[in-house]
Amino acid sequence: MSNKIVSIHDLKREFKMGVEIVRALKGVSFDVEPGEFVTIMGSSGSGKTTMLNILGCLDKPSDGTYLLDGVDVGKLSRNELAVLRNHKIGFVFQAYNLLARTSALENVELPLLYNSSISSRTRHERAVKALEAVKLGDRLDHLPNQLSGGQQQRVAIARALVNEPVMILADEATGNLDTRTSYEIMALFQELNQQQGKTIVFVTHEPDIAAFSSRTITLKDGKVVKDTKNTQVRSAKEMLAALPVAADY
Amino acid sequence: MKLFNLIRIALKALQRNKLRAFLTMLGIIIGVASVIAMVAIGQGSKQSIQDQLSSMGSNMITIRPNSNQTVGGGARLDATGLQSLTLDDIKAIQKQATYITAVSPAVQAKGQAINGALNWPTTIQGVSPDYLTIRNWPLKDGITFTQEHVNKADKVCLIGQTVVENIFGSEDPVGKIIRFNKIPFKVIGVLGEKGENAFGQDQDDIIIAPYTTVQKRILAIPYIQNIYASAIDEKSSAQATAEITDILRTSHKLKAIDDDDFLVRTQAELINTFSSTSQLLTVLLAAIAGISLVVGGIGIMNIMYVSVTERTKEIGLRMSIGAQGTDILFQFLIEAILISITGGIIGVILGITASRLVTLFLSWPTLVSQSSIMLSFMVCAITGVFFGYYPAQKASRLDPIEALRYE
Repeated sequence: MSNKIVSIHDLKREFKMGVEIVRALKGVSFDVEPGEFVTIMGSSGSGKTTMLNILGCLDKPSDGTYLLDGVDVGKLSRNELAVLRNHKIGFVFQAYNLLARTSALENVELPLLYNSSISSRTRHERAVKALEAVKLGDRLDHLPNQLSGGQQQRVAIARALVNEPVMILADEATGNLDTRTSYEIMALFQELNQQQGKTIVFVTHEPDIAAFSSRTITLKDGKVVKDTKNTQVRSAKEMLAALPVAADY
Repeated sequence: MKLFNLIRIALKALQRNKLRAFLTMLGIIIGVASVIAMVAIGQGSKQSIQDQLSSMGSNMITIRPNSNQTVGGGARLDATGLQSLTLDDIKAIQKQATYITAVSPAVQAKGQAINGALNWPTTIQGVSPDYLTIRNWPLKDGITFTQEHVNKADKVCLIGQTVVENIFGSEDPVGKIIRFNKIPFKVIGVLGEKGENAFGQDQDDIIIAPYTTVQKRILAIPYIQNIYASAIDEKSSAQATAEITDILRTSHKLKAIDDDDFLVRTQAELINTFSSTSQLLTVLLAAIAGISLVVGGIGIMNIMYVSVTERTKEIGLRMSIGAQGTDILFQFLIEAILISITGGIIGVILGITASRLVTLFLSWPTLVSQSSIMLSFMVCAITGVFFGYYPAQKASRLDPIEALRYE
């Protein structure tokens, strides 16, 4: 077995829509090494969403192989996939998907509640640590509606970190945020990637965001059309500092 | 550990929607409370009828002449006028019966009781000393008469509370002489209060005297009107009845084809008749209340279905961070069970309170039985599982991808 986080070989995914067969992915191959920050780009209809679902173990390939941290996802049952998601993946969604009327701390604790090997003390400690890592250590008891969009997304990132996943999977994680907050969030992702060595796969359609990653994979019509290493990674922190201070800020 | 976590998750989900949880619970609360209160009212009335009947002496057997007997030219006579029961019958029963502990003859006369200037129309009952045992009737004051008094036909008597109130007032009656139909009786004892019987008759409006005294000095008759007997216990009433029938048929020299010229009635028969009526009442009330419990259960199912649809995105999120289908199933099932059990507990408390209030304000007797609490509690727990299962299953079978995209 390799030490690769993701190893995808000739992956295909087909859907039956009535009598028609829609081929969303037509033989995709790529690997993700530990510590990489990969963006997957593509316009709508490129198979980007299908790729994300398979990467996130929410869906299984019709053909080809997908190894996540050495585990062949295609052979797992529904329940085994759930356990795999719980142990190895941290999701960050565009719409945050926090539980309403539930404190930041309890939102972050949630993934650990589905892992029965973790005691309630460990759960609490790790949730606090994760919230501190996203600089929300002073907002543990705040409810989502008491937090700004950027803060809510940071709670969501803390939730993705708390189970110590092998890969953080972000789906248009800055899609709902303004430019400044987007940069803040990207700065946080870069920090997690560069300082803590977290592997991040970021699905987006914005080239602007892709510039912050170390590698960009572009999908088109269900195939990889471009897979380039980014030699000049932009620093979100510097971009943030360069932003003019807004009058209403 | 995992179950504990799931209970935590379910509790938090309920906390986030307190009002909805409470409204769902309301159906169960009303259902359980009404079952308990209704059954309590039904059981209470049954119990109070039983108590009244047993206050007459629950083992008591009454034997009276059969008024269907014709005498002379075919005219039917009133039971008190019939002379088919005699003291020989008493002796026969005393000698032969094995299921009978005590037996007493009885003769009655109506008349006027007089003490000084006060008078009161009442009944004198002539009996043997065993009568008070048979009737389970304690003395409040003084002493009872003995076989000696019976043998000598002494003019002594025991008087009931109503008679005491009407001709003595606050005076102590023991040792005083009263007159009944102009015959002087010495009051040697006062009977304890017995209240009204199940038919509304005042059982305390009575004077009790030796049967010989009433037979010879008031009625001037040699026969007896009734026989009272006491069976060993309530269960042997039927055997006792059969035995008495045999003894009396022999004693009356009846042929096999002849009808009985007497009637044997047990208290147990009466109790059964009344109990079955109020049992029916209880069942009816419980059925009505049970329907409301089912309606409450359907309410849970309805809300849980709505809740699953409304929380589709939440379910998608939970699945994406690692909740298995069974985790979701149990979460929703536990939510339903928590709602129904909490509703059940509140319902039990409310039902008991309602029963107390009914007794307090309407003075209806109520009896909250443990079995009705247990039953309604179990029914509502089962309701929770039953009506919560399908919505929970629906939730657990959602596809995480679609659930996450649900708006």
